[in-house]
Amino acid sequence: MRILIASMTLIIAFWTDTGVAATTLVTGARIYTMGPQGVIENGTLLIEDGRIRAVGAKVELPAGATVIDAAGKIVTPGLFVPFSALGLVEIPAVDATVDKIQRGGDFSASFDVADAYNRRSAVIGVNRVEGITRALIAPVAGYSDDPRYQSQIFSGLAAVVDLDTDANYLTRRGAAMVVNLGAGGGSLTGGSRAAALQTLTTALDDARDYAKHREDYDRAARRSYSLSRADLEALQPALQGTLPLIVNVDRASDIEILIALAHKYRLRVIIHGGAEAWMVAEQLAAAKIAVIVNPLRNLPASFDALNASKDAAAILAKAGVVIAFSDGDADGQTRNARNITQYAGNAVAHGLPWIAALEAITLTPARLFGVDNQLGSLEKGKAADFVIWSGDPLELTNYPDAVYIDGHAVPMTTRQTLLRDRYLKLDSDRPPAFN
Amino acid sequence: MPNNTLNGQIMKNLIAALAVFFSLALLSACDATKTEIAASKDAYAGRYHALPSKPTLLQGATLLTGTGEILENADVLIRDGKIERVGKELDGSDAVLVDVSGKWITPGIIDVHSHLGVYPSPGIDANSDGNESTAPVTAEVWAEHSVWPQDPGFVAALTGGITSLQILPGSANLIGGRSITLKNVPARNVQSMKFPGAPYGLKMACGENPKRVYGSRGVAPSTRMGNVAGYRAAWIAADDYRKKRAKGDEDTVRDLKLETLADVLDGKILVHNHCYRADEMSVMIDVAKEFGYKITAFHHAVEAYKIADLLAENDICAAVWSDWWGFKMESYDGIRENAALLDNAGACAIIHSDDDTGIQVLNQEAAKVMGAAARVGINIAPERAIQWLTKNPAKALGIEKVVGTLEPGKMADVVVWSGNPFSVYSLVDDVFIDGALIYERGSPAHNPVTDFSLGNSAATGGAQ
Repeated sequence: MRILIASMTLIIAFWTDTGVAATTLVTGARIYTMGPQGVIENGTLLIEDGRIRAVGAKVELPAGATVIDAAGKIVTPGLFVPFSALGLVEIPAVDATVDKIQRGGDFSASFDVADAYNRRSAVIGVNRVEGITRALIAPVAGYSDDPRYQSQIFSGLAAVVDLDTDANYLTRRGAAMVVNLGAGGGSLTGGSRAAALQTLTTALDDARDYAKHREDYDRAARRSYSLSRADLEALQPALQGTLPLIVNVDRASDIEILIALAHKYRLRVIIHGGAEAWMVAEQLAAAKIAVIVNPLRNLPASFDALNASKDAAAILAKAGVVIAFSDGDADGQTRNARNITQYAGNAVAHGLPWIAALEAITLTPARLFGVDNQLGSLEKGKAADFVIWSGDPLELTNYPDAVYIDGHAVPMTTRQTLLRDRYLKLDSDRPPAFN
Repeated sequence: MPNNTLNGQIMKNLIAALAVFFSLALLSACDATKTEIAASKDAYAGRYHALPSKPTLLQGATLLTGTGEILENADVLIRDGKIERVGKELDGSDAVLVDVSGKWITPGIIDVHSHLGVYPSPGIDANSDGNESTAPVTAEVWAEHSVWPQDPGFVAALTGGITSLQILPGSANLIGGRSITLKNVPARNVQSMKFPGAPYGLKMACGENPKRVYGSRGVAPSTRMGNVAGYRAAWIAADDYRKKRAKGDEDTVRDLKLETLADVLDGKILVHNHCYRADEMSVMIDVAKEFGYKITAFHHAVEAYKIADLLAENDICAAVWSDWWGFKMESYDGIRENAALLDNAGACAIIHSDDDTGIQVLNQEAAKVMGAAARVGINIAPERAIQWLTKNPAKALGIEKVVGTLEPGKMADVVVWSGNPFSVYSLVDDVFIDGALIYERGSPAHNPVTDFSLGNSAATGGAQ
């Protein structure tokens, strides 16, 4: 049976990969490797069986390779979105298509969105053709006045996926865990952000105690815990420092407490949102806490974000904080995850070095989620995720000529290009449905 | 539309305006109802007057005039709040000379769809004043009576070069109320922001929002056909009121709701219709024809590209996003090329924000459309794209005779950009409104700070 499944998988892989040359050579481009080789002018990228075989100014031309002339073009690693609900949401206002939220129930930290991923979602294609090749797909909290529909402060586990069309999409399950603090966390725990912190520390203490007394717990010979068994298990890698906690938090005072808490429990923390993180940039750098920011955010949208600033990305980076970009709104950064280049460009406009902005949308997310050994830069042996651009990828008037995931040239047709083409000319005698 | 009042003299001559007001007030004391109505209307007259300015000559920039032209190494001469001349090597010996070589100049950016002031920052219930969602037709409410001038979003919008903007009620209702067009100047009250002579707008909404808001309460409308029945019932009542009003019937009790709707039928108020789907826009055009009013612009219009020909035929603008799509069912068919396909079909295309962040980067939103259009061989030059942000929105707001292009005699609403405005790296360096320097990047003297941000922001606290 196992052999049968394996061979079926092979057949599927063969079918989905038909038309893909095993060896591909991209020549003549300016290649931003984001690795030790830096920028290569008139460079060549050699792809074999989905991996980067070689990259450099001089690469020997293998026989039988498909050659792609990219003279005058720019090649970058595939873009990596560090927080999204791609494949988890088709239309936010259509409830049955929304799988990013888990409300109530008997588990929270262990809720794993990976199994809800729909690789056929139209939303994925729209973003894929804009150069997004990998993404973190993450759960978010549901807020409600009705306690039955409230989420808990742990939203659950996030996964890294590739955005290709084939079934082999899961890059890493359980790549991060999402936690909510600040005003959001407070509203999930009875009204005070202090209660959210207390809920978190109680859960961490419980998870530690549980790890030492699993057998007693199973014999009902240990005290009760605030979380279910599955959740306590899910927290173990977080306590061991191998599972990063993505913490949704904006206010500087909350971040200061989070820094102390991360130190006490030896947690790996990534701040998501972080409107006021720039105000404590030095402390964050010292604590090695990364921040996923929206470089367009400058309004006091809430009292947690009074000091939001478009200078945040540059200030954080200058202080030595690792940064990445997202909208901050889970829905916005899903259907328009592609706007990650706009965020990067605006960060540059407000003082971030250009190459640092490109790193923030390629290599940095791969590092944050522990997949940089195979992704994030164009280096020998890594997965062949790359984009050929018509010009500066951060300029909004530019666009990808081609997008590759694991060496596969992805289809550049999307539901949106089909709609566009159908209505490009309105002078047909027949209704557009025939186009 | 009272274009003849848009000559700029009125707002300059405050004394004359006050004289008119007092004479009307006197008349109302003598005569009864009719003139009383006229006088009370003037009670809401705008009190905007331009901030102090100096004659200024901006020298040596690349100009996107908004008329479809691009001028290299050209100058703009501003005097008495007006654009005096545009061209090469202008003489401005008595003016403040500003070297803007290497920079770009555009007309002030105009956003036809904003909720600044009515849904201000911080976005809390106490400040939520944009939707009078207590009845499906609330033509009697005026957005200006909700506008909080201390919304930090106004000064932030200056960093996007916004000089004029229309503040609309929300879209919960079939007919949400009167909009107001503002000059984006810091002020203590809304009256001091009202764009002189700009006609009022009426906010209407199609589709999911009204039917969801009311249908969920078990009252009409709960369907799209219920929506249309609701508009028609309102216009029937308005038409009846309008006829009575025209006859000067003494028994006619003043009705705020019907007064606004009758003013639409009289062509004094412009209709701004929130509508997503192509089929619904087509129906709304029929509703307008039934009652003899004109739809000035469809807003959001994510499917406008499907009926670009119909919109062009009917001279209806479509104010669209670059790439908002798929957040609800009726936005599922949004495409980035929307504005470009409209423009290509000869329709009036506008990029709008409906968002306090988007309003700061309308230039970038247009750039996305340019990039998407280029992929299908539609090359939109900067001098053409800028019209989506200047000339066309001015048309939709009925203020195109006084703003929207860099032409002599127009209000000197001018933006200086650090580079090509369609580059993501370009920033707004200077914003002039009626010739007055309202914002200058990096200059504390020209970086307004709202009361709310004062002492509440460790950042610059102001527009930046």
